[in-house]
Amino acid sequence: MSLLQILWFILIAILWAGFFFLEGFDFGVGMQFFGLAKDDHDREALYQSIGPNWDANEVWLITAGGAMFAAFPYWYASLFSGFYLMLLVVLLALIYRGSAFEFREHMPTIQGTRLWERLIVLSSFIAPFFLGMIFTAMASGMPIDAHGDLTAGFFDYVTPFTLVGGIAVTLMSYIHGLNFTRLKIEGKITTRATAQLKLLYPVLLAGEVLFAILLFFYTDFIQTKPLLTVILLAILVVMTLLGWYSTYHNGKTFPFLLSGFGLVVVVVLLFTGLFPRLMVAHNPAHSLLIATSSSTPYTLRVMTYVVATALPLTLGYQIWSFYVFRKRIVSHKVIE
Amino acid sequence: MTLVGILELARFQFAMTTIFHFFFVPMSIGLAVVVAVMETMYVIKKDETYKKMAQFWGKIFLLSFAVGVVTGIIQEFQFGMNWSRYSRYVGDIFGAPLAVEALVAFFAESTFIGLWSFTWDRMKPAVHVLFIWIVAIASCVSALWILAANSFMQNPVGYAINNHMGRAELTDFGALLTNKQLWVQFPHVIVGTLVAGGFIVAGMAAFKLLKLKPGDPQIILFRKSINIALVVGLIGVGGAVITGDKHAFDLQTMQPMKYAAMEGVDETIDSSKRSDKAQPWSLISVTNPQTHKVIAKIEIPYVLSILGNHSLTGGKTVGTTELQKEFVAKYGEPKDGVANYYVPENTLFYAFRVMAMGAGLLGLIAVVALWFNRKKSNLILTQRWFLWILGVMTFFPFVVNTAGWLVTELGRYPWVVYGLMTIADAVSPNVSTASLLISNIVYFLTFSTLGGLMIWLSRRVLHAGPDVQEEEILSPQDPYEHLQAQKESEK
Ligand code: HDD
Ligand code: HEM
Ligand code: HEM
Repeated sequence: MSLLQILWFILIAILWAGFFFLEGFDFGVGMQFFGLAKDDHDREALYQSIGPNWDANEVWLITAGGAMFAAFPYWYASLFSGFYLMLLVVLLALIYRGSAFEFREHMPTIQGTRLWERLIVLSSFIAPFFLGMIFTAMASGMPIDAHGDLTAGFFDYVTPFTLVGGIAVTLMSYIHGLNFTRLKIEGKITTRATAQLKLLYPVLLAGEVLFAILLFFYTDFIQTKPLLTVILLAILVVMTLLGWYSTYHNGKTFPFLLSGFGLVVVVVLLFTGLFPRLMVAHNPAHSLLIATSSSTPYTLRVMTYVVATALPLTLGYQIWSFYVFRKRIVSHKVIE
Repeated sequence: MTLVGILELARFQFAMTTIFHFFFVPMSIGLAVVVAVMETMYVIKKDETYKKMAQFWGKIFLLSFAVGVVTGIIQEFQFGMNWSRYSRYVGDIFGAPLAVEALVAFFAESTFIGLWSFTWDRMKPAVHVLFIWIVAIASCVSALWILAANSFMQNPVGYAINNHMGRAELTDFGALLTNKQLWVQFPHVIVGTLVAGGFIVAGMAAFKLLKLKPGDPQIILFRKSINIALVVGLIGVGGAVITGDKHAFDLQTMQPMKYAAMEGVDETIDSSKRSDKAQPWSLISVTNPQTHKVIAKIEIPYVLSILGNHSLTGGKTVGTTELQKEFVAKYGEPKDGVANYYVPENTLFYAFRVMAMGAGLLGLIAVVALWFNRKKSNLILTQRWFLWILGVMTFFPFVVNTAGWLVTELGRYPWVVYGLMTIADAVSPNVSTASLLISNIVYFLTFSTLGGLMIWLSRRVLHAGPDVQEEEILSPQDPYEHLQAQKESEK
């Protein structure tokens, strides 16, 4: 394993972490279009709160995929062909979600608008759920042959562990979305968000404990890296507790950061657990390794130069964009 | 044998998804440019009409951009999903441009489009217009990188084969970016997007003019739109002819089979062996797909020498029959024994003519429209038949662009990477026919829905029209005034 390979493994982890931190809250906001929002003012406020940024948030996913292709083509090929149908569902969710944001305001009837808004809710649930399942399945080991081709059956993809993984990511996104709403929107809707948070944090805590137990049985993370894994799990639990605590006080930014970094910790947990592998095979000899699945040092070097120049700029204007849209949105006043 | 089913389904899916994606790519890049020009005029002339104009066409642009984005995500994923062996074989080379595209272009596009569409009333016009220009430029940059990837497939450069790993490896990143193919393909695609943006706006405006009653204040806005759009469109058409000619010229050496099929040449034409010392050009040609022989054609003398040799006489076009023999000698019998190095001649021949003649037609219509629409004339309003023609042209850039891609992509059969890897070797071996069938069906249904909605919603936006008020249109006012007023009220 070379330094460059490890660097790219970390960079890909950062891209996924960035994706879940950012798109996590706009998935969560999408899920609230009916449960939390009570009227069109609320829905419009929710849309305004993520409208300028959701597309850029999604580009983190595209970049993560592209980076996997460029840095670890064998990983990209095995993962994407191996999780075919699940990825198809994710893609469809993203397609309808993206179209919905644009189409909803052009519909001639209120029913038409509602239909797209329902699709926003549905797709916002589906995408993180299946992504969560894919990642947990990837960690728990799949039937991979000597060529790296994955041919799995239904019960390789759907296990108690992957289901809990999917639900956990969805729930964390939902909570992250609620925290975002509290942060960005003013109006009755935030009171409802706080009330929901008070109920959901304990559920998440229970889920995390369950997840940790299943992690022990379904992966070798705790066996191979006991200290690190347990520390990360502990951090996750502490962050959840802090988040829960903060809903009883009036903090806004802090709980939002907590729920965002909670998702980041999950990504870190996955990547540290995988290390030095990329995909875990039932037959350990067939696991994809960082050392043998990457692009050439030359390609990695070129890519590193590009990232080193482009990433600061990219982060710069993305942060600036969040700064431009920093103002709170007042539900009931957005529609003139 | 099951591989045949997988292969066909994967190919069908690729064609379907990229063609659909590429409906919206030129549309949104082109519209971004047209809208950017309109908004720039607003900043310069401070005439509210241009602002209304930019905002109005901006709505269509945002619709197309949304569909472009969501169909683009499929593109990025499907190399891994359907073409995993391809991804392993060339990932070292091909992945880099895709990743770079996302990093340097998609982030900029998506961030600035958010800024553009949500800050009309918040930013100074001179700043706001920059956002749309950044979007337009970033879109072109994204096209550059994706085409760098595609150009590598058409004309592999800067690589070495590593037999131990069983893959092609990048040796020279610079070579990817200076690929000869790229620097004809990229300009050609960009001018193609200008054609799209120009004629979509002009065509839709024409439909609108057909509906408007005489004296309606909106007429001014739509007439001005036509002028701006068609100047952009005409630049596009001119550029397409120049770069397209270069494209075709280069193909003679880079991909002779494609060129021969485009021109319907089965038996080699050697001008030095002919009495007129020139190569004739086929206006119509029909090839028997089994025997690969031309069975009917109408020829015009000299023209192929002009096109292919850039002179009235001379030059040589190697025919498909001879090339097939040459390729078998060079690359060997294709593995499955069925395929060969022939390409779908008829499709290439006619797709190429649709594109080239399409350029001619669009150019002609643009010139007439600009003439009818000049300041002192009302011909554009009185000649309703012409408005109909211009209106129908809304759809034509889609046809022409797709025809161009059919030539490009079908013409490299049987290669996915020219001379290195065949399409049959590229497909994912572990994806089941059922999965592919399911994905094909859902994509098809999704695209039909999105495409239908796109047309329907664009019509609605057009029908509703820009929110013009009479006095605004008639008396240009200071755009900063209203901004000032808003600032005041915020205080
Ligand atoms: C509206 C757009 C448009 C217009 C007016 C034209 N083209 Fe085109 N053409 C394209 C849009 C396009 C395209 C869709 O953008 C393609 C596909 C791949 C590419 O590089 O551009 C293309 C491909 C393409 C190719 C295949 C390149 C390859 O296989 O590598 C050739 C030879 C030409 N064009 C030639 C022409 C000529 C001679 C034209 C006019 C006289 C012309 N095109 C007008
Ligand atoms: C970087 C850009 C592109 C890449 C990497 C690419 C790659 C491919 C691949 C892998 C195939 C399947 C092999 C085959 O069947 O020939 C293919 C076929 C095809 N692609 Fe592209 N393509 C690109 C751009 C486009 C675009 C923009 C279009 C058009 C809109 C397009 C249209 C097609 C068509 C029509 C086929 C033919 C499918 C068939 O063989 O039946 N491609 N391309
Ligand atoms: C010649 C072919 C292509 C060109 C010129 C092109 C260009 C573009 C452009 C300009 C956009 C921005 C959205 C829009 O304007 O509609 C876009 C979207 C996208 N394209 Fe393509 N594309 C091509 C084919 C492909 C292929 C083959 C891929 C696969 C790797 C791809 C991946 C994407 C993705 C992932 C997006 C979404 C970006 C976002 O979320 O902002 N494109 N494409």
